[in-house]
Amino acid sequence: MARRAQPVSSVIWAGVAVAALVLALTLGTLAAVFWRAETLSALGPADWAAVRFTAMQALLSAALSVALAVPVARALARRRFPGRGLLITLLGAPFILPVIVAVLGLLAVFGRSGLVSDALVWAGFDPLNIYGLTGVVLAHVFFNLPLATRLILQGWLSIPAERFRLAASLGFAPGDIARVLERPMLRAVLPGAFVVIFVICTTSFAVALTLGGGPRATTVELAIYQAFRFEFDLSRAALLSTVQFAMSAVAAGLALWVAVPAMTGAGLDRLVERWDARGAALRAQDALWLLAVALFLLTPLGMVVLGGLRGLADLPVSVLQAALRSVLVSLGSALLMLCLALPMALAVVRLGHGLASNLLEGVGALAIAASSLVIGTGLFILIFPIADPQALALPVTALVNAVMSLPFALRALIPALRDIEGAYGRLADSLDMRGWVRVRLLLLPRLRRPLGFALGLAAALSMGDLGVIALFADPQEATLPLQLYRLMSAYRMEQAAGAALLLLGLSLGLFWLFDRGGRLRADT
Amino acid sequence: MKYPIIAAGALLATSALAETPVLTVYTYDSFISDWGPGPQVEKAFEERCGCDVKFVGAGDGASLLGRLRLEGVRTEADVVLGLDTNLTALAAETGLFALHDRNELSFDMPVEWEDPMFLPYDWGYFAFVYDKAKLPEPPTSFEALAAAPDDLKIVIEDPRSSTPGLGLLLWVKAAYGDRAPEIWEGLAPHVLTVTKGWSEAYGMFLEGEADMVLSYTTSPAYHLIAEQDDSKAAAPFDEGHYMQIEVGGAIASSDELELAKEFLDFMVSDDFQSIIPTTNWMYPARTPAGGLPEGFETLIAPEKALIYAAGEAAKIRQEALEEWRAALSQ
Repeated sequence: MARRAQPVSSVIWAGVAVAALVLALTLGTLAAVFWRAETLSALGPADWAAVRFTAMQALLSAALSVALAVPVARALARRRFPGRGLLITLLGAPFILPVIVAVLGLLAVFGRSGLVSDALVWAGFDPLNIYGLTGVVLAHVFFNLPLATRLILQGWLSIPAERFRLAASLGFAPGDIARVLERPMLRAVLPGAFVVIFVICTTSFAVALTLGGGPRATTVELAIYQAFRFEFDLSRAALLSTVQFAMSAVAAGLALWVAVPAMTGAGLDRLVERWDARGAALRAQDALWLLAVALFLLTPLGMVVLGGLRGLADLPVSVLQAALRSVLVSLGSALLMLCLALPMALAVVRLGHGLASNLLEGVGALAIAASSLVIGTGLFILIFPIADPQALALPVTALVNAVMSLPFALRALIPALRDIEGAYGRLADSLDMRGWVRVRLLLLPRLRRPLGFALGLAAALSMGDLGVIALFADPQEATLPLQLYRLMSAYRMEQAAGAALLLLGLSLGLFWLFDRGGRLRADT
Repeated sequence: MKYPIIAAGALLATSALAETPVLTVYTYDSFISDWGPGPQVEKAFEERCGCDVKFVGAGDGASLLGRLRLEGVRTEADVVLGLDTNLTALAAETGLFALHDRNELSFDMPVEWEDPMFLPYDWGYFAFVYDKAKLPEPPTSFEALAAAPDDLKIVIEDPRSSTPGLGLLLWVKAAYGDRAPEIWEGLAPHVLTVTKGWSEAYGMFLEGEADMVLSYTTSPAYHLIAEQDDSKAAAPFDEGHYMQIEVGGAIASSDELELAKEFLDFMVSDDFQSIIPTTNWMYPARTPAGGLPEGFETLIAPEKALIYAAGEAAKIRQEALEEWRAALSQ
């Protein structure tokens, strides 16, 4: 490879610089907490029980999310129907909702007094009891199935249309398509999707506790919380956070070992027309999957909307101001994410397939393996001696949120970039297209779809995230999720439900704007 | 040339600002929200002190203490508001707090107050809140709750992450001592789930997910006064009810120690105390001259108040937590 022989390019340096920033925010804050701890403590049996439970529920949740996402993504990839774009956008909603809102939405459907229980009782059965491992996995699948679907869908859409055309002219049956085109793609995409979701589930706390039915469902994040709050044992909190990172690292290592890179090849970037999937049975199968997943994901959202309508009308001005502030923070966060993700993705792709590129991508994903409490506390320890943490609340929130959404952006951007470089890289090299020209003329136009997705996700995630702001909160500069929690803790549940609806609408709106913007011309 | 004039104006403004002392008050987040006591308290104190009150919010009481411990002697705080008696012993250990020298004050609380460092501003009883229409005959004790049919469900908060959760832990321990594990085993089948904080639990209760929720005896007053809804009530328990007393204290190293103590005086005065009932939904530590708002007289008045002395709560909570975890993990 001629490119390998070149000296380390500025692209790689930019990627390394971003990696250093991510490391500072994750391992750096962890080190700050370790450093501030004056004593050394060890993990007890209860901590290890929490580690075991965390790993088990995350494994189950990730496996189920990914397994269910495959047929859904396939159905979305090979069907065109009115409202498809809207459905894809709406399916993303659970992932960006604040935990407390999503949990109440889920319970309105699957809880003891939820829709399903009501129907069961009406038909003469006992109400549903989801509290326990079932509840934890159900909630995690609810949150992460949409993400898995999107990641896998990106994989499907990255198979060039020409392949399907060729397959059709060769008379491939759906089984042949699956064997020759789809399975290799899934082999490349699934392990990554699995790991991302596994890691997200390892840092779960409120969802696992609430739906897990009690201290049986103690996760590592809750143990960290306990170490901070109940015992003020910083060293144990830091140790637990290290274990959390280790769990994620092991999962990522295993995934790398399982995954094989997808084949690359040129296509003309055309819309995929699927001649193979015209059979009635396949149509019915896809329709069923889409219907089932839409019901599962959209009914709880529908309950959030219904519950919020009444409160929406009399939202206080301060909530609206908070909403505006949140929109601005999330736009800033999305922009920052772009500045971080693009150089990093370019560097990962430039490094080719190997340890260096895997390591860089791994660092990019570190943030989701981090405990937000540890990041927040570590940042506080680092910032407090030099500046007023309250004054930095919003910029810090935007930055942390940007880094938190980096892994999703990388998962969307890297495969797309690899495909582009694989297909057009040599041509561009021969034309001596380098630097910004290469990015602008070759990469950006073909990255519209994953970029739009990544920007939308970053903005939406930032809208809904309470994250580190809780530690820095400035009473005058509250964000929408913080105001929502404040309404709840002031008994104002109806207004809180209205604020939740507003949050849902704004998050989805932002996501839709970016995501739609990305797909606008990408489909033609 | 306009610049020199603007610069001079800015200089004047800063020197004018510098003359106004700033009192930094650390408190929990819900205190300073638009619906908490914070905005009214700020206005009322600024009117009398000629100073600028700056609130800094930090999660809840326990996070507040955590933040103080992280900041240590470099803390910006002049006053800390919102620790409770489960935390005051640990807070005193930090050595950050000054003595209040207000030992002659008397309070309208079921227990005597003798702490030389912290002054109480409000208090309440933990209780299980229920809907009168859905649960006509609520249990009258922990043992009655344990003996109730299994489909009577309660939702409680986790003592590791929530103040009321810790309150329940100490409530059972204070009422039953060595029998606490047995009581928890009896309660276990009724515990629908354990939530991270009060908001989740109370939200689930209002959605009809559980029959009772761990909250305060004063919770029904919110529904009655703010929503004209008298359907909620707190269940009186024969064992007595565990108390939460919320306190404030001045930071000894503060540059504004005199002002901080002035704030503590204000905190126990009628102006502050009359704000508390309908913003924090707790009992004021000293009943203001105007009495309690209409509606508070409908609340249950437990005959027996339970509370551990400041040092004791810190000592037994680890053991109580292990008992709780063992009983609920089965």
